[in-house]
Amino acid sequence: MDELFVRVHVDESEKEHIAHPNLTAFQEGWLRLKKNKAAVASLFTLIAIGLLALLAPVFSAYSYKETNYDIIYQVPSITHLFGTDQFGRDLWVRTWMGTRISLLIAFVAAFLDLTVGVVYGAVSALIGGKVDAVMQRFIEILVGIPHLIIVILLMMIMPAGIWTIVVALSITGWVNMARLVRAEILKLKNQEFVLAARVLGTSTSMIIWKHLIPNTVGVIVINAMFTIPSAIFTEAFLSFIGIGMQEPKASLGVLINNGYQVLRNFPHVLIFPAIVIVLIMVCFSILGDGLRDALDPRMRK
Amino acid sequence: MMSAEKKPLLEVKHLKKYFPVGKNQTLKAVRDISLNLYKGETLGLVGESGCGKSTFGRTVIQLYEPTEGTIIYEGREINNSLSKAERHEFTRKMQMIFQDPYASLNPRMKVMDIIAEGMDAHGVYKGQERKKKVIELLETVGLSEEHANRFPHEFSGGQRQRVGIARALAVDPEFIICDEPISALDVSIQAQVINLLKELQKKRDLTYLFIAHDLSMVKHISDRIGVMYLGSMVELTDSETLFDDPVHPYTQALLSAIPIPDPDVEKSRNRIMLEGSLPDPIRLSEGCLFAGRCPYAEDLCRKNTPEMKEVRPGHFAACHKAK
Ligand SMILES: Nc1ncnc2c1ncn2[C@@H]1O[C@H](COP(=O)(O)OP(=O)(O)OP(=O)(O)O)[C@@H](O)[C@H]1O
Ligand code: SF4
Ligand SMILES: [Mg+2]
Repeated sequence: MDELFVRVHVDESEKEHIAHPNLTAFQEGWLRLKKNKAAVASLFTLIAIGLLALLAPVFSAYSYKETNYDIIYQVPSITHLFGTDQFGRDLWVRTWMGTRISLLIAFVAAFLDLTVGVVYGAVSALIGGKVDAVMQRFIEILVGIPHLIIVILLMMIMPAGIWTIVVALSITGWVNMARLVRAEILKLKNQEFVLAARVLGTSTSMIIWKHLIPNTVGVIVINAMFTIPSAIFTEAFLSFIGIGMQEPKASLGVLINNGYQVLRNFPHVLIFPAIVIVLIMVCFSILGDGLRDALDPRMRK
Repeated sequence: MMSAEKKPLLEVKHLKKYFPVGKNQTLKAVRDISLNLYKGETLGLVGESGCGKSTFGRTVIQLYEPTEGTIIYEGREINNSLSKAERHEFTRKMQMIFQDPYASLNPRMKVMDIIAEGMDAHGVYKGQERKKKVIELLETVGLSEEHANRFPHEFSGGQRQRVGIARALAVDPEFIICDEPISALDVSIQAQVINLLKELQKKRDLTYLFIAHDLSMVKHISDRIGVMYLGSMVELTDSETLFDDPVHPYTQALLSAIPIPDPDVEKSRNRIMLEGSLPDPIRLSEGCLFAGRCPYAEDLCRKNTPEMKEVRPGHFAACHKAK
């Protein structure tokens, strides 16, 4: 047995000498992200989906609302890559038009999270005291009202459509982020390294910049990446149950609903939009996970 | 050793720090502590976990606003009268080394930037000079240049504590509050860190307030030792006297809990067992705080709070029966 194990000789000086090239935090993060194959694959898938959503409708011979009763429910072919629907509309174009809407919703949700959510949570935690208490009560009131009720009430004063959904998302979409950021900063504020910075005379703005922000980006990024799929899902769900997009406009949710009704006879109507929405949601989740790890130097090998 | 004429570097007078907890309740973490610290000495501060040692240290260094009392440094009151700029300048005189080697270093900063934080805050060194100074400090605390570009998680507890020491030294302080710098370390590493602190004290003429929860830890480094119980100082005297002739029953109990490294003496030694448990620090009645656990407690103790008095020159104790 012994000869199987040969002691590796490690030079003492070699052990202590771990040379790191001097990189910025951003460069290091990118290097770490590149090592994560799944995250990189997700990133490229999302870029591809984004490009298709942007370009496919422009370069197609058909428009999303062009009906043709001679070719209803055609299966995928060279002329209609994803087939056609009950009015003979081209599903390739309709799917990518729907993807545009889902991605728009995704960006609105992420933007709200990163602006309103982060700022609200950070201000609440940093000022503290009475301001914090009032801000938290306000959030509690918002969360207390069920989401669906807000949407239905909105439908009564606004026309059904994408902007109604965006407004509905805006009302409560940032709340989770605000709470997370607040909790994280409250925890960090009393950590000994922040106390050490204060003892050393570091200014408040530098403490926020050097200690609080770098230690909250992980939470912020991952939460934003998880908000995106849930916002996309909310839109799809609302469209699926019939309060959302109006014909002939279509989101992925509307397309899935249409396909669901003819699933037995024409499964292709459902499959393509379903694959796209699943890809978007899964890729954002994997990418979020990868980004969190990439932003954490403790993951450095 | 300490003559009364000598001017203290730091005077703490009737310091109190109360925390509001819940509805209309206060937690008296520090209740009326006074002490003087002289240049070049080490004052050990011991007491059980939760007795307010860290709170005392953090209030002295202005991390917490005192509820009452004054802190005087080099003859100047520092807790009220300093302007913002003076307060900023003052951070170069007094520094702190923290308890938890894991929580006290920002996991997202490289050691280079952690150590240079004080220099950056005061804008004293920049560029190449800053780097040179950091390497110098790393060597001072027994680390080397290669460590500068690493992140804290690549270090052991002892090494991290050295980084924390280097960070404090970077602004050339005169006075350092060491808040249990060795409690979280392995016994074998503790001695190394203590020796490093002692060596630095000699070279740089530092004054220490050294906090620990165990008397045996402060014995070798302290000139004087103060014993805290539930936010109050119960006994304060020079180290030898405290170990040879403790007058407060709480100090006596603490000392009897330290094993003696001689099997014969150890076998025959009488341990004073403390009865009862630590009372809830939020609701405490009048009288001696230790009365519930004190073997000598009597009616007087439960009625009147004992004042700190000088039982012998330089030997203070807060007990009605101390003589
Ligand atoms: N910011 C705070 N707010 C409320 N209570 C606090 C705060 N900081 C400390 N306390 C309470 O004050 C008391 C003293 O705490 P402190 O940290 O000073 O004890 P300690 O002697 O340093 O203990 P240890 O040996 O565990 O470090 C404890 O009961 C603690 O719960
Ligand atoms: S004052 Fe009384 S109760 Fe308190 S320590 Fe002294 S003898 Fe014990
Ligand atoms: Mg403590």
